[in-house]
This record gives sequence, structure tokens and C-alpha cells, in this order.
Amino acid sequence: MTLAEYAQKHGLKRVGARSPFIEYIKDSWDRRVFAATLASYNNEAADARNRLGRWWVVLLPTIQAATYGLIFGVILGAHARPANFIAYLFSGVFLFNFMNGCFQGGSNSITGNAGLIKSLSFPRVLLPISAVIRELLNFWPPLVLMVLAMLFTREWPTWSWLLVPVVILLMAFFSMGLGMIAARLNAQFRDLGKLIPFMTRIIFYVSGVFFALDKVLGSQPVIFAIFKFNPFYDFIQLTRSLMMQEFAPTLELWLQCAGWAVVMPIIGFIYFWKAEERYGRDD
Amino acid sequence: MAATTKKTKSNMDDTRDPIVVIDGVDIIYRVFSSGKLANRTNIGNKKMERKLKIREVHAVKNVSFTVYRGETVGIIGTNGSGKSSLLRAIAGLTQVQNGAIYAAARPVLLGVGAVLLPNLSGEKNIILGGLAMGFSKSAMHENTASITEFAGLEDFIDLPMRTYSSGMSARLRFAIATSRNHDILIIDEALSVGDQQFRKRSEARMREMREKAGTVFLVSHSLDSILDTCSRVIWLEKGVLMMDGDPKEVCAAYNDYTSVKPAAK
Repeated sequence: MTLAEYAQKHGLKRVGARSPFIEYIKDSWDRRVFAATLASYNNEAADARNRLGRWWVVLLPTIQAATYGLIFGVILGAHARPANFIAYLFSGVFLFNFMNGCFQGGSNSITGNAGLIKSLSFPRVLLPISAVIRELLNFWPPLVLMVLAMLFTREWPTWSWLLVPVVILLMAFFSMGLGMIAARLNAQFRDLGKLIPFMTRIIFYVSGVFFALDKVLGSQPVIFAIFKFNPFYDFIQLTRSLMMQEFAPTLELWLQCAGWAVVMPIIGFIYFWKAEERYGRDD
Repeated sequence: MAATTKKTKSNMDDTRDPIVVIDGVDIIYRVFSSGKLANRTNIGNKKMERKLKIREVHAVKNVSFTVYRGETVGIIGTNGSGKSSLLRAIAGLTQVQNGAIYAAARPVLLGVGAVLLPNLSGEKNIILGGLAMGFSKSAMHENTASITEFAGLEDFIDLPMRTYSSGMSARLRFAIATSRNHDILIIDEALSVGDQQFRKRSEARMREMREKAGTVFLVSHSLDSILDTCSRVIWLEKGVLMMDGDPKEVCAAYNDYTSVKPAAK
């Protein structure tokens, strides 16, 4: 009898092998409170380090929208601007920030929590999930600002506004999948961390955050169709179509957003789980 | 080679309950002489291999042993003898080159230096640590006081963990990790930074764990500490298993080895 046979006979398992998929999902679900608590504690800790604390959650998006408004409102000609530019810009910037925050938070969730990973064993997927919960907890001030911008520019509330939380939920699921993929990629190929700022810049410019896609690309139907496939654009545009009179929600937009919200977390979860045993390793 | 056959025999004792089986494990670190770690992506790169010589560090060489339920195993050896590499491999944090490691449960490693979440207070670290180990939130609110007391950190528990001394943070991590019974706990010098008082308390807790049928691995340079807590000692030297057995015998042999060596040269 070899040692391997002996180990098997006594029911020992090989160390470092990841747990089976179903068991992994169950373990993660059992510890969901950990992900939520980690998110809220991380928020508190981040607030404690600067003097204005919690206020930054409101101040930062306001300053950001004002900056972009100044730059794109002045530089960009009126031909690329939608009718209600302020509401368009605010919704674009805040929704983009949410998805971008999940992506960045996810990509740092493994590399930035090495101490936690090396000391305690738990399903690592909770870390990128926690990053999304954190973004959700921080999302109410921009959401309030977005509503104020709508009201300020005479976009009066309609019944369809009630569907906005549904879109945000779909967006959170999409971002969760995105965060899981980013987490594994960044943990395995640290060099990618250097490229992430450029990637987010590019996505920012092609997602119709501050200019109306149809006004710029209207003459090039092929490129326009490709741009419309971009999930960042889809989620932003769907929210706008629910809140602004200028746009109408289409079935196509709903289906695309729902599709992204289902497919992305599944792909992300499986992709992340496949490397579970490697997170926190030295090599 | 009579010793080897005897060793393999004692590695497969069917009358006892094995917890960890180490089967012919080799750990080799491949490092480019520039210091860049060699891995799958650049190891086949001939140009790079020619330019930067690959250095192979054979940290653990063909080590086999079996640990049974309820044992506390001390691991001793001089610096760089492969102790930490072996323990990290048992915890699944380092890949083994050859052989395999089998365990009855997922081993938990307590090492030096790792801080859980540096910006959060000790108390919040306790709660998060417990939640990560599968406790409920209400259970953790109940346990927090006793964990704090065990770590002896009542006065500092509301401070961020980054402000703790290395001893304080090691105490807190030990207290969190041992608040739950683990089947396999690996302690890599994590207690060496604690003071005398804490040493006594932690040794008592390790004995307690052993009585509850847990298995503890302990790396320490304090032979006293090893003799006090361990039921078995393994001596590694330059990655080779030198001796495995009764704590007193192995520690005595190790003492002879370390005191004779400088004179022989």
C-alpha cells in the first residue's frame, strides 16, 4: 500500500484542491453576512481617515459632475449634446462610476486583502462580492443627486421611475460578475493592474457618458450597433430612458441589460472559482 | 536503509486515525538570478533563461510522515531548513513540486506578520474573523469579550489594528483563530513575539485543542516551548527530515548538532 492509498482509505483529501462547485456556492451563501459586514466596516474605516468623512460620498460625485460639465459642456460642441445635457451628464457619470467602482474594487479585492486571505480560510469569492456591496452602500448620495438633477431640469417623476431600482439591481449583478473576473485577472497577472486605468478611460469615452451616441455616430450604423452592445452604455441608457422624456425604454434595451445581469455573474463566478486554490499563494 | 523501511511502516498505522499524510514532498523554488520568480509564463522562455540563470532552491527534499489525531507536532531546525515552506505547503499556500499532502480538514495557518484588516479596530477584526470562520453575528457579539480577554487587549480593542505592536497583533490573531476548534492548526513562530504571560496561556489553549482531538503543528526556535507542548518533534535540516520522534530525544540530538557544528568547521 502506498501512502496515497493509505490516505484515501482514511478519507483524507489532497490539500489545496478547491471545493466542488455546489459546495462552494453553499459555503459562500452561508457566509454572506461576512461579505456585507466587511463592506460596511471598510466604509467606516475609509471615512475615519479623512476629516470630512462620510461627506465625501456626496461631495466627490458633485465635484466630478461639475468638472465634467465644465469640460464637456464647453469643449464639446452643441451638436453632440442631447437636449437635457445636465440630467444626461449626471446620470451618465454616476452610473458609470458605480460600475467602474465595482470593477476597481473587485480587481483590488484579492491583492489588497492578502493578510485576510493568508490567515483565514473562507470562500474568496466573498471579497469581490463585498466590493459590490460596498459600492451599493455608497450609491445613495449620487442617486439622490441624480434625482435632483432630473427635477432641476424639469424631468418630472413618472411611474417608470419606480423601475429604476430594478435597473440598479441588474447593474449590481452585472458589476459583480465583472468584479470577479477583474479580481482573478489582477491576482494572477499583476501587470494588468497598470492597464486598468486606461481600460476604464476607454470605456468611459465609448459609453455615451457625456455625449449622445446617436448624434455622433448616427451616420455610421455599423459602429453605432457595436457601441450599443456595450453593457455600460445599455445600463446608463436604460436608466435615462426611464427617467427622461427625451428617451423611451425599448424591449431591446431591457433584454440586453437582463442578459448581462444573468450571464456576467455566472461567467465571473465560474472563472473566479476555477482559481480558488491559487489565491494567496506565494507563487 | 533499514531506517527508511521502518519509517514508512510507522507512516501507515491502520490502528490510528491519520489527520495529515505527507507523501514524498519536494518543494523547489525556481528564481531567476535577478530575483524574478520563475513561473509557467516565463519558464519556457529560452532567451530569458539564457540571459538570467535560473537558480533552483530545493527547500524541502522528499519528506514523508503521517500525523495522527490528537498529536501536537513540533518542527525544529536551523534557519532556512525548510520548516516554513513545509508548513505553508500543508496549509495549501505553497505548491509542492513532487509528492502530495493529504489532510482530513482544511488546515489553518497562523504566521508572523500577517495583519487581518489593518485599518479596522481590533474588535471589528474579531467579528469579521469569526464571520469568515462561519460563526453567526450574534455568536460573535457574545464571543468578542472572551477573545479580547484571552488576547489581553481590553484597553486597545477599539484602536485600528495597524497601531498594534507585532506581539499584540499576534496575540489577537491567535485568540481569533483558536476561538473555534480547528481540526488542524499550524502555528509558524506566531507565538514567539508574545510575552511570557501569553506564552503560558497559549500553551494551555493548545493543550486544550489537543484534548478536543485537534492537531497542532508548531514551529518554534524555543526548545522549551516545544518540549512543554509537543507530543512529537520533527527535525528538518536543509530540507531533509533528520529525525522524527519523542520530543526529548529529538531536541537533545538537535542541541548536540547545533552546538557541535561551529567547532567541526
